[in-house]
Amino acid sequence: MTIDTLSFTPVASLLGGALIGLAASGMLLLEGRIAGISGILGGLFTPRAGDIAWRVAFVLGLVVAGLGGSWLFPETVAVETVRAPWMLVVAGLLVGVGTRLGNGCTSGHGVCGLSRMSPRSLVSVVAFMTVGAVVATAVGQWVGGGA
Amino acid sequence: MRSVLVSFSVGLVFGVGLLLAGMTQPKKVVAFLDPLNGWDPSLGLVMVGAIAVHFLAYRLVPRLSSPLFDRRGWSLPTRRDVDARLVAGAALFGAGWALGGYCPGPALAAFTSGAGATLTFTGSMLVGMWGFSLWEASRAVR
Repeated sequence: MTIDTLSFTPVASLLGGALIGLAASGMLLLEGRIAGISGILGGLFTPRAGDIAWRVAFVLGLVVAGLGGSWLFPETVAVETVRAPWMLVVAGLLVGVGTRLGNGCTSGHGVCGLSRMSPRSLVSVVAFMTVGAVVATAVGQWVGGGA
Repeated sequence: MRSVLVSFSVGLVFGVGLLLAGMTQPKKVVAFLDPLNGWDPSLGLVMVGAIAVHFLAYRLVPRLSSPLFDRRGWSLPTRRDVDARLVAGAALFGAGWALGGYCPGPALAAFTSGAGATLTFTGSMLVGMWGFSLWEASRAVR
C-alpha cells in the first residue's frame, strides 16, 4: 500500500471538510436540524404539509453549487475511467435503498452523527466504511483501480 | 421563508465544500476505499475537517434553549439503539458507495455536469429512495 501523493489533496480536502462542517453547524444552530442529505432528500418521497419547501431549498442549494462547479471548474465534477453503466445502476439503487433503510449516509451519520457521538452513527460509519473498503478493493482487483 | 433561505444557503455551502474537498470526483472516493491501487487519504481529511468544526458547534446546543431561528425546539435524533435495520442499511449503502464512487450529496451536486455516469447513478439512487418509501408505505398499511 502506497499513498498516491499526486492525487492527495490535504489542504483542499481539510478546508472543504471544514466548510461542510460549517454548513452542518448552520443547519444545527439556526434550525435545530441535522444536515443529513439522504434524510432531507428521502423525506420528499413521503411529503407532509409544511415539510417540503426547506427540503427542496436545501437540495437546490447543493444543485446550484454543483452547477457553479461544472461551469467554472469542470475538473471538480470530472468522471474519469468510469465504472460500467450496470454497476452505476446497481450502485445507485444500493445507495438509495441503503441510506433510507439505515437512516443516513456520510453526512447524517458520518459528519453529524460522529460529531454528536451517537452510538448508532458510529456503528453505521464502521459498517459502511468496512463494506465500502471490501467492495472497492474487490472491484479494484477485478476491473482495475479507479472509479 | 427564513427557513427556506437558511436551507438553501446550507445546501450551497455544503455543495461548495464537497467540490473543494474533491468529493464530487468518484475516483477520489474509490481511491480512499481501495488502498491497493495507490491510496488517496483525502476523504479521511474531509471527515476530520468537518467533524472538527461540527463537534464544536454541538458544544453550544446545551447552552441554547432552542435553535436561533426555530423557537419550537430541536429536531434532533434521540434513538441510541442499534438494530439490524441500521447495520443492513449501512452495509447496502457502503457497497453502493464503493461500486459507484458517489454518496447522496456529491451525486446531487455532480449530476449537473450532465455526465452520463453521474446522471445514471443519481437517477438510480432516486428510484431506490422512491421504491423504498413505497415499500415502507405498503408495510404500514398491512
